[in-house]
Amino acid sequence: MNAQSSSIFKAADGFPLGVHLGIPLSRRQALRIGLFSTAGLLASGGRGWGAPAPSPAAPPAIKARAKSVIQIFLWGGMSHIDTWDPKPDAGYDYLGEFKSAIPTNVDGIQVGQLFPLLAKQADKYSLLRGMTHRNNGHETAAYLMQTGHAPGERLAYPSVGAVFAYFKSKEYKGMIPPYVVLTRPQGRFSEEGFLGPKLKPFATGGDPNAARFEVEGVVSRGLSDDRQQARRDLLQSIDTLGRATAADPQVAASEEAKKQAYELILGEGRKVFDLSQEKPDVRDRYGRHTFGQDCLAARRMVEAGVPYIVINYPGGWDTHSNHFAIMRRQCPQLDQGLAALLLDLHERGLIESTLVWCCGEFGRGPKVDWQPPWNGGRNHWGNVFTALVAGGGFQGGKVVGASTAKAEDVQDRPIYPVDLLGSIYALSGIDARATLPHPLGLDAFVLPAATESAKSGGLLTEIM
Amino acid sequence: MSTWPISFLILAAALAASPAPRSAQHLFEESTPAVAQNRIDELVFERLRALGLSVPPRCSDAVFVRRAYLDIIGTLPTAAEALEFLRRTDPNRRDDLIDRLLDREEFAVYWAMKWGDVLRIKAEFPANLWPNAAQAYHRWVQASIAANKPYNQFARELLTSSGSNFRVGPVNFYRAVQNRTPQGIVSAVALTFMGARVDAWPSNRLAGAELFFSQIGYKPTSEWKEEHVFWDPLGSSAVAGNSAPGKDSVSSIGLPAHAAAQPAIQPRASGQAVTAMLPDGTTVRLAPDRDPREVFADWLITPWNPWFTRAIANRVWAWLLGRGIIHEPDDIRPDNRPSHPELLAYLEKELVAKDYNLKHLYRLILRSATYQLSSMPRPMEPEAAAQFASYRLRRLEAEVLIDAINRVTGASDLYTSPIPEPYTYIPADMPAIAIGDGSITSPFLALFGRSARATGMENERNNNPVPAQWLHLLNSSHIQRKLEQGPRLRAIFDSRRPAPDIVQELYLTILSRLPAPDEIRIVTGYAAAAAASPAGRASRARTAVRREDWVDVAWSLINSTEFLFRH
Repeated sequence: MNAQSSSIFKAADGFPLGVHLGIPLSRRQALRIGLFSTAGLLASGGRGWGAPAPSPAAPPAIKARAKSVIQIFLWGGMSHIDTWDPKPDAGYDYLGEFKSAIPTNVDGIQVGQLFPLLAKQADKYSLLRGMTHRNNGHETAAYLMQTGHAPGERLAYPSVGAVFAYFKSKEYKGMIPPYVVLTRPQGRFSEEGFLGPKLKPFATGGDPNAARFEVEGVVSRGLSDDRQQARRDLLQSIDTLGRATAADPQVAASEEAKKQAYELILGEGRKVFDLSQEKPDVRDRYGRHTFGQDCLAARRMVEAGVPYIVINYPGGWDTHSNHFAIMRRQCPQLDQGLAALLLDLHERGLIESTLVWCCGEFGRGPKVDWQPPWNGGRNHWGNVFTALVAGGGFQGGKVVGASTAKAEDVQDRPIYPVDLLGSIYALSGIDARATLPHPLGLDAFVLPAATESAKSGGLLTEIM
Repeated sequence: MSTWPISFLILAAALAASPAPRSAQHLFEESTPAVAQNRIDELVFERLRALGLSVPPRCSDAVFVRRAYLDIIGTLPTAAEALEFLRRTDPNRRDDLIDRLLDREEFAVYWAMKWGDVLRIKAEFPANLWPNAAQAYHRWVQASIAANKPYNQFARELLTSSGSNFRVGPVNFYRAVQNRTPQGIVSAVALTFMGARVDAWPSNRLAGAELFFSQIGYKPTSEWKEEHVFWDPLGSSAVAGNSAPGKDSVSSIGLPAHAAAQPAIQPRASGQAVTAMLPDGTTVRLAPDRDPREVFADWLITPWNPWFTRAIANRVWAWLLGRGIIHEPDDIRPDNRPSHPELLAYLEKELVAKDYNLKHLYRLILRSATYQLSSMPRPMEPEAAAQFASYRLRRLEAEVLIDAINRVTGASDLYTSPIPEPYTYIPADMPAIAIGDGSITSPFLALFGRSARATGMENERNNNPVPAQWLHLLNSSHIQRKLEQGPRLRAIFDSRRPAPDIVQELYLTILSRLPAPDEIRIVTGYAAAAAASPAGRASRARTAVRREDWVDVAWSLINSTEFLFRH
């Protein structure tokens, strides 16, 4: 935030206005009560008011805590009414099989009946029940949730993981790539965008719940360390041209990259992926299924300092039909893995520096499609849905925003993708108005300006 | 595959007669300084001497055959092709190989891939070209290259065509822009044909040029995602109601069927011509009865246009030598001086004299001793790179690299597109260089820096090494499976011939040359040692151990600098 634009949010004594009023202010609220003076608009740099700023009301007091982010992406769109925004009074047409909500360890917060473990630790996370973007296409909604930018703009933006890794890679010197995806990339768009191949997500492949987590390129099947070493020596001795051209900068850079790769293949790096180093009861607590062990592998990467880890939920949430059976199968695994992850991060003192967020690209229609061909399914629903956030400076035990009585629309406090991502960036010390390097030198910003077409409900100051 | 046994026999007969190289020096370069072959060399060598540098030798024949195949057709020579060239002793052999490769079908395939980057041929993201249109665009480019269409005609067709995006390939030039405004189009035109970046232009030059591209109309048809690009002087396609997606005629929505399409702007009275400005500062009155795209194109392709010939001559040079005479090749501006102005002027003159015959330009460059110089780095200051004092080492492009690996092993890759209209099916034996649509991809191509085809800039293709690429080459199941199961390699491993013969066969297949004696010794020693090791004896039958060792040898050769880099 530059001095000029931040000044318009401060009273004469320099404190943020929100502090004086005792409430956090979003830009819309600020606008409504007339805090933007014409002078302030003109002073903000000639790009229109706060042009690159998503939510200039970020109080300067936000302390950057998050060093790593774990994003659990529920591709396909998880139903909100069955899970983290239960409406037990909505009736059978809406609820279907899952009629009851269960209390949590925080007074006044309930979750769906399929989440008994998360119910025991609602103090550790907050639920964003006002999430909205009104986009019902998988690809476009996923792009919105992963970039904060509207699809179809003139630039195709990189994902939040690539942007995060771009800003953090200056301080991160670990051997594992800075942006890792467990286990398969799902993006339809190029997630590194114009940031280039260094920020491409490293997809591990393999299955962490298998006897050996075979991370593609790191842990290979059927190659002993002896043979790896023998091969490496052989390559060294027959690389005739490599020796003759070692002074060439291209060749030297390539050799350096190869050395780093070998630190993962034969050195310490691969141990991060060796889940057999965990005690069996820890592995049990996370759950002996792919998602549970994904969470455990993510925690080990956080300990190794990896900046951004995505868990693409193994299995989809696009439950147009067979909805209730899929939920009965998948929700207990999500409950177990995520609850174990949050507890473990707490016990290890990592929760302050590790931000966890979990949601799909949208929610699902709260009214069940009983008619054929769906026979009990739920369709795409971008009008309102719920995200879970924890750690990294987000407070736990809170609910932000609310949906209407039958979870069909936003009742209170809309939260747009740009607000959620803006809050994640703010807690990570990343300026949402910073420019990203574009090869054509085009103006590219971490997040878009709030305009009529890109709405904002303000940063999540309620829980920051 | 069926030709394999035949080439095998040829090889077996030929191997004994071929002289083996004696040392690294002999492997990679000739023993005497290069002799100037044409005007290019005179200009380059003159400069080297003026700088007090000696003229280096040319590369060896073994290096040349690999270099020529990779640079001209993006394809590795087979063992038989490499050996056939290595056995030749006639003085004409290099020129002859160049001519034959320029006539190969793969020439058009490979260079259509290069142009695909520049012309941004990609179905989706960031511009939505759509699969059918991307294919039509690519087919037109490849056919133009195969016919050796004069470059000025190629450029003019791209700039002036009208018609369906599915049927008239070149109209997609105006669709493959992220920003379909006159300004967005001018930046694409300038970058593509003038090697210029408009952000360095004064604003009045940009505004003046925009007028030439302000009358382009886009109109949907009844075919899903078909779109007509045409000269639309009155902007009628921009008026809502004149046409709509899925409607087969103008004015079938919102207006009575018999009503004429409504213009967005009122026709100009005769005599009220608009004045546009060409990038060289000349003002032009745009007549109301002529498509202004044609006016611009006709100015662009005149031989005295200061950008057009220079941009293509420099671009072809950069493609073949790895660095432009003006560097970057798409950043031509007054304060970015050419390293060899006379050389660039000479190439331009040749191109104009031969009516923009691009193959003539390729031939001229490829035949020069400058192109054929050794790749051994010379002990010189950093600016030596700009003097073309050695052939520049570059890692193979993603497509060329995976094709080379598949050609060596006999394996294939699966290429898919996430855009389901229509679903994409790629034949298993189709090489990656032949994929027209940048949206059709594989994890390998993405990892190794294939162009995202978003901007059309040369540097969008990223050949810089990152550790994840090495993880893939050294240790992925993808590559390991090819080495273990690829039928072409297996045929060599299982041929039951003496180890030194197998080593020679592997070297010819993978590195396009014969091994030096110490290389044979190292490799056969590796296989023997592993077979004799306690683990080798105890755990497996001897033959099984041997195949595993040959896999390791092939693995080493594929991961060698010689395999991975143009050299």
